[in-house]
Amino acid sequence: MDRYLRDKARWVWRETLRVHRRAPETRLASSLSAVEIFVALYYGGVLRFDPAQPLAAHRDRCIISKGHGSICMYPILADLGFFPRIELERVCEAGGILGGIPDPVIPGYESVNGSLGHGLGVATGVALALKVRNSDRSVFVVTGDGELHEGANWEAIMFASHHRLDHLNLVVDNNGVSMLGHTDDIVSHDSLLDRLQAFGWDCSQVDGHDVLAVRQALLAMKSQCRGKPKALIARTRKGNGVPGLEDEDLCHVMNPKPELIDSLLAANP
Amino acid sequence: MSTRPIAMRDAFLDRVCRAMADDADIYFTCADFGSPVLDRIRERFPDRFANVGIAEQNLINVSAGLALEGFKVFAYAIAPFITMRCFEQIRVNLALLSKVRSMNVNLIGVGAGYSYVVSGPTHQCYEDLTVMRALPNVAIYSPADHVSAAALFDQCLANTGPKYLRLDAQVLPVVYESEPPDLARGFSVHRRGGNVCLVATGYMLHTALKVAEQLAASGRAVGVIDLFDISGFDVAGLHERLAPCTGIVTLEEGFRGRGGLDAMMFDFLARQRLDARMLNIGVEGDYRFELGTRSQLHEQVGIGLQAASRSIDRFMQSLST
Repeated sequence: MDRYLRDKARWVWRETLRVHRRAPETRLASSLSAVEIFVALYYGGVLRFDPAQPLAAHRDRCIISKGHGSICMYPILADLGFFPRIELERVCEAGGILGGIPDPVIPGYESVNGSLGHGLGVATGVALALKVRNSDRSVFVVTGDGELHEGANWEAIMFASHHRLDHLNLVVDNNGVSMLGHTDDIVSHDSLLDRLQAFGWDCSQVDGHDVLAVRQALLAMKSQCRGKPKALIARTRKGNGVPGLEDEDLCHVMNPKPELIDSLLAANP
Repeated sequence: MSTRPIAMRDAFLDRVCRAMADDADIYFTCADFGSPVLDRIRERFPDRFANVGIAEQNLINVSAGLALEGFKVFAYAIAPFITMRCFEQIRVNLALLSKVRSMNVNLIGVGAGYSYVVSGPTHQCYEDLTVMRALPNVAIYSPADHVSAAALFDQCLANTGPKYLRLDAQVLPVVYESEPPDLARGFSVHRRGGNVCLVATGYMLHTALKVAEQLAASGRAVGVIDLFDISGFDVAGLHERLAPCTGIVTLEEGFRGRGGLDAMMFDFLARQRLDARMLNIGVEGDYRFELGTRSQLHEQVGIGLQAASRSIDRFMQSLST
């Protein structure tokens, strides 16, 4: 499993660069911070899913709230058979299904997430439904840290703890950078972990680029059911692995030149 | 025997409450807003009732999540707040998402028009038809009495997709005493005759009926239609009804000329190639802070019985010259 996950993470990182090289309208930096999170969720045995029936009742729900920053899901979903791999060759092209921002017409995407700050609230409603029905399924929601500026998230955070929604698992891709700079310089979250704990959530942190550690943390979170919603804060780097994007204030909207992408792909087979 | 009028919300919620006893897939959410019948729902079905607090964005999001899991959701709040406080959530997680996912979410907004008479412009609601009409995939219902409000519950259960019910906060006279509203057509004809037809929605149906009665007393018959299904009425049926008219009057308890019932009827006439002239009676001008009875407020903004009668009288004179 260890080797397998590391190989998958490397492959997804490369494929995400390839997708961006073909379709520079896609957001690269925020997608690269989430690679290991999604690899652990989908290849690490965390989520139960069925590519042939993406909305089957027996699946674990995964709501991808950081829509733009989930382009790394395109190769993952294609690899797992949610849709034909040929779609990766026509991202953002007429006739394709994979846009600059993922829409729920893509098999594997559960909801609309181009507009930020929506996923957690919808996931909370899903978690409430699972609880009412005594389901043994889980709902995961992946957000960025920037989108937690949207107030609707905090309405959901309060609601989820009040209703003891332990079907609900929040993963924050805490890359620390919004479109116009570092989140801490814009409106600081201070410690997201402390804040969520203060709201009654069970929280943990992990190095979001250590795919094995992320997998372990996700599995532990999923199995922990003690009447509290749960959050995993994944410390990540926006633009991970791409010189010029990493640690750049404005990396959200930066597109590395094709030659740089080619040299990175050549150097990281 | 006459039907005793009750509040629309109590008539509607009574239907919800009785249905919840037999249908475990109905879930009720609210944004800290109640009613006597809602107390029954809270007591009898605590596992399928959630008050999200004063948090309309979360009301919509939680309702959307419940609906994705197959619940038929009734979300309940004050009309301006359940439409405009959380418009982005309605747009994204109901109107847009229901394009690809089957969802049955019914937004029950109480406080149409001026029905919160002394609460002022925050609680009054003159924009909701306009903003909700802007959204594809959202059905809009605007009943005029508690009988039709309760009857619309059948539409809520039978049809998936997001819906908005605009309910009056006051107890209004019963207009569907002898026959039920024509749910299949989305409008009901209350008076026939003449070359002029009054097309009203919600509270304004009562004003239209009074104007028509006065006109009839002076020998001038006009038709009156209650248009309660704003988004899904029978187009051919309404065309047939309005085709003989030379004049059509819309009456709504919402801003005039800002995309409400009047705009809907302009679009209808244009598409149907009907060449009747139109008079639009709706709230004139701007927000106002004056206090008064609902009738007084209506007269100030041009939709009261006297103001409407004068406008319609002038309109009918202009048609005959």
